[in-house]
Amino acid sequence: MSTLHACLLLSSALFCVGLITALSRSNTILVLLGIELMLNAANLNFIAFWRFNPSAAPAAPATGIVFVLFAIAVAAAEAAVGLALVIAIYRHQKNIRLQDATRLKG
Amino acid sequence: MNLTLAIISVLILGSAAVAVSLRNLIHSALLLIASWAGVAVFYLWAGAEFVAFAQLLVYVGAISMIVLFAVLLTRHSRSELTVAAPALSRAIAAILAGGAVFCVLASAVLKTDFAARPAAAVPPTITVRELGTQLMLSHSAAVLVVGVLLTVALLGAIVLAASDDSKKGDAP
Repeated sequence: MSTLHACLLLSSALFCVGLITALSRSNTILVLLGIELMLNAANLNFIAFWRFNPSAAPAAPATGIVFVLFAIAVAAAEAAVGLALVIAIYRHQKNIRLQDATRLKG
Repeated sequence: MNLTLAIISVLILGSAAVAVSLRNLIHSALLLIASWAGVAVFYLWAGAEFVAFAQLLVYVGAISMIVLFAVLLTRHSRSELTVAAPALSRAIAAILAGGAVFCVLASAVLKTDFAARPAAAVPPTITVRELGTQLMLSHSAAVLVVGVLLTVALLGAIVLAASDDSKKGDAP
């Protein structure tokens, strides 16, 4: 098992921890944190392939790093909007349980 | 098997797993900050220093503050920081789904033969100057799009979270 395999297994495990969080908890903030963990696992993959992939294109040695930078920027925007939504939901129904946010249910 | 990588994995996965199983939201958020810092340590270990510092700034610095503020703004009283444990059936189903996904991912990773091409012994090095040149030249359109995205997202967050107290504005 090479180091690249170990890095990919680490990011798979982190992704699954985030997935279990997002599926099992009913607190909206914890669900958002699980999604952030999954995004982090994807970024780990980018860096692992950038560092350990032997056939990286020599013309663009920074592709993995640039990709991770943009992913971090998008994750920051997602966290800000998500937590603003949490506060808006709290103002309307006075709690943030996901099961109670059923106003749009047909 | 690399010992440093094993220690980093234990730091990341251990703090994340404990964080998602705790019932106190503040403790969960603080442990998740430790997990994000572990990810930054992984980036440093892999030789991507700039990304490691970006991770520290954005996650450990900014997103952790947003999360803590959201936790403290959405509670009635001090006792409400502990949330109820998830229902047992739901937790079991979630763990089964996550375990199945992990089995699929792990078997796919382990069956792939990356060793056909030898791994680079020397890590690819890139200086901040080269990175900035690449961002400003070949990725400049993406930088502009991300700037617009961040502006729109933060304005939208302010609009969503602002109190819609219209009477206050009408009264002279």
